[in-house]
Amino acid sequence: MRDVAIIAFAQLPAVRRDTEREEVELVQPVVTAALAQAGLDRRDVGFTISGSCDYLLGRPFSFVAALDAVAPWPPIAESHVEMDGAWALYEAWARLQCGDVDTALIYAYGKSSLGELPDVLVQQLDPYYLAPLGADAISLAALQARALLDSGRADERRLAAVAARSRRAAAANPCAQRRSRREVDELLAEPYLVAPLRKHDCPPISDGACAVVLAAGDVARRLVPRPAWIRGIDHRIEPHQLGHRDLTRSPSTAEAAARAGAGPDAAPFDLVELHAPFSHQELILRDALGLPTDDGTADGIDDGDGGDGPAINPSGGALAANPMMVAGLTRLGEAAARLMAGDGRRALAHATSGPCLQQNLVCVLETDGGAP
Amino acid sequence: MDVLSAPYVLEYTYQRSTGPVIGRFLTALRDGRLEGVRTTTGRVLMPPLEYDPATGEATGEPVPLPPDGVVTTWAWVATPRPGHPLDRPFAWALIRIDGADTAMLHAVDAGAADAMRTGMRVTARWRAERTGSILDLACFVPVAGEAP
Amino acid sequence: MSDDAPDAAATAAPVTMVPSHVRLTYTVTAGRHLSSYLRALADRRIVGGRCPVCTKVYLPARGACPTCGVPADQPVEVADRGTVTTFCVIRIPFEAAPFPPPYVAVAILLDGADMPIFHLVRGIAPEEARMGMRVQARWVADDQLGPTLASIRWFELSGEPDAAYETYANHL
Repeated sequence: MRDVAIIAFAQLPAVRRDTEREEVELVQPVVTAALAQAGLDRRDVGFTISGSCDYLLGRPFSFVAALDAVAPWPPIAESHVEMDGAWALYEAWARLQCGDVDTALIYAYGKSSLGELPDVLVQQLDPYYLAPLGADAISLAALQARALLDSGRADERRLAAVAARSRRAAAANPCAQRRSRREVDELLAEPYLVAPLRKHDCPPISDGACAVVLAAGDVARRLVPRPAWIRGIDHRIEPHQLGHRDLTRSPSTAEAAARAGAGPDAAPFDLVELHAPFSHQELILRDALGLPTDDGTADGIDDGDGGDGPAINPSGGALAANPMMVAGLTRLGEAAARLMAGDGRRALAHATSGPCLQQNLVCVLETDGGAP
Repeated sequence: MDVLSAPYVLEYTYQRSTGPVIGRFLTALRDGRLEGVRTTTGRVLMPPLEYDPATGEATGEPVPLPPDGVVTTWAWVATPRPGHPLDRPFAWALIRIDGADTAMLHAVDAGAADAMRTGMRVTARWRAERTGSILDLACFVPVAGEAP
Repeated sequence: MSDDAPDAAATAAPVTMVPSHVRLTYTVTAGRHLSSYLRALADRRIVGGRCPVCTKVYLPARGACPTCGVPADQPVEVADRGTVTTFCVIRIPFEAAPFPPPYVAVAILLDGADMPIFHLVRGIAPEEARMGMRVQARWVADDQLGPTLASIRWFELSGEPDAAYETYANHL
């Protein structure tokens, strides 16, 4: 395997409704910023790939509209996934393993504000048994949350504690959208949205974009002082029908983690970025990843400020900002950016896709000297 | 700069082919019957799938099932959205039909959230005019005598 | 429902198809650059954007120059006349057709722009259409102007001699 590192990450501040910018206007600034960080010109990029969703934007082949931002004339090597940008990063990583190109640019963008997001997300469901019911993503997540509560492995207070910690962390993240501090008791006094989920258990609706640059081996070392090396990356998927899965567990996350080198015997991490759009999903993911889910604090959740365990979602995570198709790649970018800034040497980053954590990607990142 | 915006409707009027397995299930629904399918390992999938997610093997013969089952998890919708199966507060539920090894998603018309609990028994309420759709099941309802 | 009410024979037939209707509503935004172009049209002006790197003038202004990757948004007003770079003749009627066929659709390189726009030419027989024709915008009446390319009803011959191929060869 070739050593490949994240060497740059840029993102737009997530907002509920970006009325000013259409696709290319969202992408151009983040691509420009990420390439500037990497010290690369657009013409230096060996491979370009994006993640986006046509249904969000209401136009087929919508990714074509954003291409100008990467200057596709004269022609460039380009690909696209109709998925979160984290899966675009996976393809770029695999592409760099071929050895003939040394750099890759990955970008993702999503404008959920254009349409009715719950109706758009119904389109990802099986068209015979689920989509005709109009089963929206919050409703499906609520079924999963209830199953977790029924299992006795969590209670509503712990869900609120995840949300409260996310908000505390997000206060320091200028790109987060939901940044107001709220205490657990205050959150628990709120009405249910779809019981047992309250509004704070669910992600905000966000518009946003982000970009990541990958480089291989010596090119990465030459371009930046502290590349965030991808030590392992893998993704796994589960059956689509919810009734065929144990919704309280995430075996696909555990399997991806084991193959990415983040299994039960892995060396500890300094920080973890989990793509958990719903509060209860963080607990399911932590369980699958062997991360402590209860550190003995009053709320049963560590503060994400280090302590004995790793910092969990120091960015605030997807509960603080959830641009669709972007939030997963953002987890990888956030984790890498912290390592590159010297805030830790070893990180775990995760992305999810599909209803109720159907598909999961795990990536282990290290800076030099970070190996155990 | 005052940016322009405009309403826009995306509409596709597709007809989808069902294939034999789902088609058989929807035909049974139109007749007011539930039907699962047996896998090569002997499990009964409900709703039926063409292939067993556990093995990738084609599934086998249909298995007639009763219209009754157990709620394995549920969520309460206080404010239904347009497009939801019911226009009054209802529960989503995963329901394991008696004799099946997997659970299916549908709505439960229970009146109030405190009438719902995991493990409760429910039975199908059929739509009078049925067309061969998952919506031929109007919803499920608590079995009489099932007090929470 | 009533249209689909099954008769006895249809009810007996196995289900092989299901309706799978998708209807999604959006509020689409034109973005800053396209908006500036459309707003100018309501004012009988055609305003593009110049790329600060390669100096090409795009119609409309763009969030990124496809060659340079930077916003092509230095405002440049171009003429409402130009040269037909290519054309086709529509002979088949369809629902959204603006006129009964046959009619001529063209790409026009407006004077001062580097990218052609697409529009219609009226006032010539289809067999007279040719590359290099010089054409002039025919705007709608003042009370019909709006932020849309439909503010130009069509183009018609300007009366100038045809442009030499070399003058637009790099803009095809």
